[in-house]
Parts: sequence; structure tokens; C-alpha cells
Amino acid sequence: MISLSSFVENIIQEHSMKIRVKRGLNLNLKGKSKPVSDPFPSPSRYAVKPIDFVGIAPRLEVGEGDHVNAGDVLFYSKYQPQIKFTSPVSGKVKEIVRGRRRVILRVVIEADETISYKSFNPVADNADTILNTLLESGIFSFIKQRPYDIVPNPEEKPKAIYVRGYDSSPLAPDYDFALKGEEAMLQKGLDLISKLTDGKVYTIVKDGVQTLFHNLKNTELIEVSGPHPAANPSVAISRTHPIVQGERLWVVDPWTLVFIGRLFENGQLDLTKKVAFAGGVFKEPKYYKLIAGAYLKDGLSPLLKQTQDIRIISGGPLTGTNITEDGFIGLEDNVVTVLKEGKEARLFGWLPFIGTSRKTVYRLNFDWFSNKEMDLDTSLHGEERAFVMTEEMEEVFPFDIFPAHLLKAVLTEDVDNMERLGILEVVPEDFALIDYISSSKIEAQHIIRKGLNQMMVEIG
Amino acid sequence: MKKKLYYFLKKYEPLFTKGGRFEQMAPAYNAFYTFLFTPEYTTQKGAHIRSAVDLKRVMIIVVMALIPALIFGIWNTGHQYYIQAVEAGLEQNVTWLDEFLLGLKKVLPLIIVSYVVGLGIEFYFAIKRGHEVNEGYLVTGMLIPLIMPVEIPLWILAVSVAFAVIFGKEVFGGTGMNIVNPALVARAFAFFAYPSTMSGNQVWVPFADKYDAISGETILGMLAQGKQVPWSWWDMFVGTIPGSVGETSFLMIMSGALLLLFTKVGSWRIMIPGFLGGIFMGLLFNLWGANALMQFPWWQHLLVGGFAFGIVFMATDPVTAAQTRLGKIIYGFLIGMFAILIRVLNPAYPEGMMLAILLMNVVAPTIDYFVVEANVKKRMKRKLKLNKQTA
Repeated sequence: MISLSSFVENIIQEHSMKIRVKRGLNLNLKGKSKPVSDPFPSPSRYAVKPIDFVGIAPRLEVGEGDHVNAGDVLFYSKYQPQIKFTSPVSGKVKEIVRGRRRVILRVVIEADETISYKSFNPVADNADTILNTLLESGIFSFIKQRPYDIVPNPEEKPKAIYVRGYDSSPLAPDYDFALKGEEAMLQKGLDLISKLTDGKVYTIVKDGVQTLFHNLKNTELIEVSGPHPAANPSVAISRTHPIVQGERLWVVDPWTLVFIGRLFENGQLDLTKKVAFAGGVFKEPKYYKLIAGAYLKDGLSPLLKQTQDIRIISGGPLTGTNITEDGFIGLEDNVVTVLKEGKEARLFGWLPFIGTSRKTVYRLNFDWFSNKEMDLDTSLHGEERAFVMTEEMEEVFPFDIFPAHLLKAVLTEDVDNMERLGILEVVPEDFALIDYISSSKIEAQHIIRKGLNQMMVEIG
Repeated sequence: MKKKLYYFLKKYEPLFTKGGRFEQMAPAYNAFYTFLFTPEYTTQKGAHIRSAVDLKRVMIIVVMALIPALIFGIWNTGHQYYIQAVEAGLEQNVTWLDEFLLGLKKVLPLIIVSYVVGLGIEFYFAIKRGHEVNEGYLVTGMLIPLIMPVEIPLWILAVSVAFAVIFGKEVFGGTGMNIVNPALVARAFAFFAYPSTMSGNQVWVPFADKYDAISGETILGMLAQGKQVPWSWWDMFVGTIPGSVGETSFLMIMSGALLLLFTKVGSWRIMIPGFLGGIFMGLLFNLWGANALMQFPWWQHLLVGGFAFGIVFMATDPVTAAQTRLGKIIYGFLIGMFAILIRVLNPAYPEGMMLAILLMNVVAPTIDYFVVEANVKKRMKRKLKLNKQTA
């Protein structure tokens, strides 16, 4: 007799595909979060940062002193007013911080003692009502569109949706641990979002490890193995549905699905999630439960070995944003990394085989045979130079694209060639390892972001 | 000591920063400072962590890989003179140390002239243009003396270096922008402008122009004239034969090659196809066998002349080589082929490595073009297919 579970397993196996990545680099960093979670000491302030959303020109809906509920609109996109950005908590709008040329950096909210929620009456009848609820609640802005890695245009239907069930980057959160207990909401969110596409919803998972994602229905699993950036959605997309100009795909992270599930279950915008706190500076790196957008600095200090000469990063060490100054975690980030600032000047730093050991594609240190944990700081270890060692880029770039040629096309602002060389198939995070390994210290992520922005303007 | 040096440098830094008295000299100060200390720059955008490898570390590996060939070359320079001198009765009771010291006396000035002239011009351009001094010349400056005949007059060397750095590199924008290998530009310049100092039988061994008893003919020169070669394959392998300073020892060049391949600084995608290309062409000529050069065994072609040195240290220059993986394989193979082809078929000039690499440097972007276009074509096909579906 065939048991039910093996029957299910068979189905899952039929509906999953495997991707093996060879080119890449795993960085074994010190300070991985232990699978323990605590509530984060309740922050008094929260912020939503328009600058975190590429290409969004914000129009404010609130002024300083206004009271908002969790889920009330703070600002919306000037060019697409349907795209709204809402408050993660209830409270008073304390301050609207502007930067140079009066760019809005962040809207800060002084949180109430107990959160009062705006009540949505979500109707999950069809794609239109689901989409409208997502837009109203602001959750839509958490979805990322490919190409360009931006908030999608709600009027364009995605051909497929990809869920990041696995993150292979250094110090990344383990979603299997972080999402434990949220399975029902995750499934609900997945069911709802799958109605927004005519194509498939793929979930990227780690090959050979049984996770809670393996029990999900309504999705096709893509099992990836190999070094980072194996789990980047671009890798899965390039193997399943290579992007062509004019096509739209969506990428969502699992917490967004949980938020969608909660929204339709309770009618409330509840952005509570477990965030991984990682990095060598933490006394005990682990997970903390908090609401997205929280002010971290006060609660962070007692958790750290040192509070001077550090860099607080919202996001991972390869792709995150430096928040040492403002101290608010980005709405979409699932990890907070704290690293030492690398200010030390090393004598004869160019001598190979001695001094700091940092794994890279070259064997210039005695670390190629060991995989010992590295406690890295933010030192650049050199100065920017022209492209010289271009072959190194391909070592960590598992796409059918020539990275050096693409970067040069962007630097010369050659839009035609950018598209021909495949810029639509990549996003900045795919170049993060090139940043890391580059012996010429090329800012590849920055260059690619510039290229994508130019493409958006000129081609769309 | 380290701290003292650091504070000493820091004390004078304000003079070179913006508004300082020697503001224009900042690149020179920075080059000196970053030679002693890694700069304290931290990441400002992009990834927050970076590997410890910069161009200085990469270039120094290439210089390290050249050292075995350099040291052997210095000794061999003296050795080539003394074996003939002893035979002719000009010298007696010679030790290896005498040979090494004579070599040092001959080779050291070449290295000094190469670095002083080349780095001087690099610093001048860096200061004029306000950019940092690039590390590229560390390698070029070592390569140039190793590929020159030992008896080249120093002023010709200086002129060649100046020509190579200015017209081979700086007119294109400096390190990373040049089309052809600057070290080979120096050699080609000397070769075409002053041919008598770059070939023949008087330049490869010290004092060969002074004493009639000392002859400095290279193996390839002898083969071209149909003479019998007095050296065994073992001499060629170890390198106790006349030739340019650093090119004679296959053994020492290969130990450098191992370092380059092991550290992954040198590309196996160029080196291995390079040797295969040479073997392929050598075998073809062996089958033909019309003259002494064609009959010369294919595997000995790899040991003599500048073949190994060129493949390992010059063809692998990442700036002037093809930039794509497939392109590198084609590029390497063609260099090997053309080197032997020119060597055997060109009656005027019995060595083909320099011309083969210079030729392929120029062709490399074309190879890349075709490799990249094949990739682009795949992408454009997908686009066409989609447009048809939606239309």
C-alpha cells in the first residue's frame, strides 16, 4: 500500500526541478545567527524610507504631528498614485527628514503604546480585488519586478512569480527557522498571490534539505545547490524563464507572503517578523522578533561587543544598506549585520601569503584549503583601478552573460549594448560577489544599478 | 617602528592633499604611501566587505613568478661567457660565483634603467593627469630586461622603454587601456629601430662583440643557417644556452608558470592552449621536414627561443589578451601556432614569439567580438520568438 506521504512526495518530486550552480563563492563569515529568537526590546520609533524604493518619487499624504494607524498611507508614488506606502505601526508622525535638494529620506513615527490597526475588508474574489487590497495596504510595494528590481507597475501582469525560500548569501537568515509557526499564513499568501499571474509560482529552496517550503501547495519548487549566488532569483529565472524586453516577472520574499496572509486573515497590516541579527560584533547573534521599520540603535547597543567604529547594515554584508547614521531597519530587510569599520593601515599590505586571510578566487593566502570562519571588517583593501583581471568576474558569475563587457557597456552609457549583453536578466545583487572579489575594486553593483536606471528611462 | 613610520608619513600628508603646497604631487605621495601601508579606505557603496586582493598583490605575484627565471638568467649570462672564455684560454679557474657576479654586473644595469625610466614616465603622467600611479609597470619593468639581449646598449634600452610606456600605454590612457603588451612594444621598437643590437651572433653573450673567440649565436639562429646545434635537449630544458636574459630556462619559466596557475593569477585558458598550438604547428612542420628548422623536433621548439617565456608571461597579460573564456582559448592556441609558423617560415628573422603575440594582441578584440556576438544572438533569438508569439 502506498502511504499518503510518499504519494505526496512523488507529486512534489514530479513538480520540482533542480539547478546546480558551479561558479560562485561561499563566504563563511563569523557571527551567523543561532536558531533562537527573542523579542526585540520595544523600539519607540519606526520609519519608512522612500529612498529604499528605487525609482519612487514620493508624495506625502501626512504632515508632522498627524496621527496614523498601522496601515494608513504615509506617502504614495507621484507617477503611479496607486502604489502606496503605509505606516507599519500606529502613532504620531514625529518628523519628516529631508536630505539634499529636499529629497525625503524618511518618515518617522513615534509609536503608540498599543498599536491600533486600520481595518481592511479584504475580498479575495478575483485578481482585481486582491491586487487592490495589496495596493491599499502598501504590501504591494514589497514586491519586486524583474527586470530592473523595482516596485512593479500594477497594471502589468507578471508572467511568473518567484518566491525566495532560500538565501545563499553570507549571514543570510534561515527562512526555515524564521518562518516556523507562520506556515498557514505563508500558504494563504501564496494562494492569493498565485491568482495575480497566469503563469506559475516558483519557490526557490535549498536542494537536499527538507524545509517548511517543501510542504507548500500551489507552487513549483526549484531546488538549487552550489555556492552563492545559487539562490538568487536571477539564477532560477535565467534557467526557467530568461527575461526578454517587455516581459515582467515578480520576485517576493516569504515574509511578504506571510503579511499578505495575515492581511486577508485578520484585515490588518501586521508587519511583525523574525529578523536575523548577525556579524562578528554581536555577543550572541540570533533572531529577534520586531515590526518592520523599527529603530534599532537603542536596543542594539547592549547586544554588541563594541559600540564605536562599527557599521550597522540593514541587509546582508554584500547587498545591505548602511544605517549607522539613521538606525532604522529597512522595511524589506530580513537581516541586520553589524561589522567593524576597517580603519587599520597595514604595513606592506600587498605582500601575498601573509596577513589578513579573506577567501577569494585567488590563492594568495593560506586559506584556500581551510574554510574557517572569517571576521571581516569594512576595509576596501586597496584603491580603485582600471579593469585588469577581468577573468576573476566570471568565476563568481553563474550566468550566460559576459560581466566585464556588460559593465563596460554601462560605463559608456551604451543602452543598445546593455540590452544586447543581457542587463535585463540581472539585478545589482547578482554582481555583489564581483564587488567582493574585484582586485580593481570595481563598484559593480553600483554600476549595474545606474545602467538599469538608464534602461528604465530610455526603454521602459 | 611601524607606528613611527606611519605617523611620519601622516605628518606630511596635508602637504599633498587638496590645498596643500604640493597638491599636484599627490599621486607620487600616494604611490609611496600605499607601497608602505594599505590605505585606510573603507567601502562606501556596494558590498560592505571586500577581499584583501588588490592589483598590487596580483602584480607582485607575477614579479615573484619571474624571479627564478631572472636569477637563473643572471647566472647563465656569466656562464655563457666563461665557458667559451675558458675554452679560448681567456680565463682560468672560474667558479659559479664568478659567473653569477659577471651576470649581475651585466643584467642589473638593465633592470635599473628599465625601472627608473619607466616608473619616471609613469609618475610624470600620473601627476600630470591627477590619477593614481598604476601597478602595471612593476611587471612590465621586470619583463623588459628579461626579453632583451644582454649586450643591448643602455641608451637604446632607455629609449625603447620610453617609447613603450608613452606610445604603448599612456597614449591609450594607462594600465588597463593599452592594446598591445608594453614590454613587447619595447622589444619590437628596439628590434626594428636598432636591428644590429637585437640579433646576430654578437649580442647574446657578454663581450661577444669584443673577442672573436666568443660567439653568441642562438639555437634558432644556427638552425636558420642550417648549422649543427651543439647543445643537447637537456641544455635547452635547464637553460644553459645563449638567448635573451630570462628566456633560456624552460625549467625556471615553468616553475614561475606553476606559481601563476596555482594562485590563479595566470590564466590556464591561455597557457595550455598556447603550448598545444605550438605542439600542433611543430608536428606539422616535422611531417613536412624540408629544412633544418622544419626538422627540428616539435617538443624542442617549446624549449628554445622565447616560446615558453612568451606564453607564460606575455600572452597571459590580462589586459591585452582576449577577455572572454572561449576567446582566451582561441587566442592562446593561435599564439602558439603563429609563433612556430613565423619562426620556421620567416627567413629574415628566426624568432616568432614577439610578432605572434603582438599580432594576436591586435586580433584579440576581434576574437572577443565573435564570442560575445554568439551570446548576443542567442538572446536576440529569444526576443524575436517572444515578439512573434505576442504579435
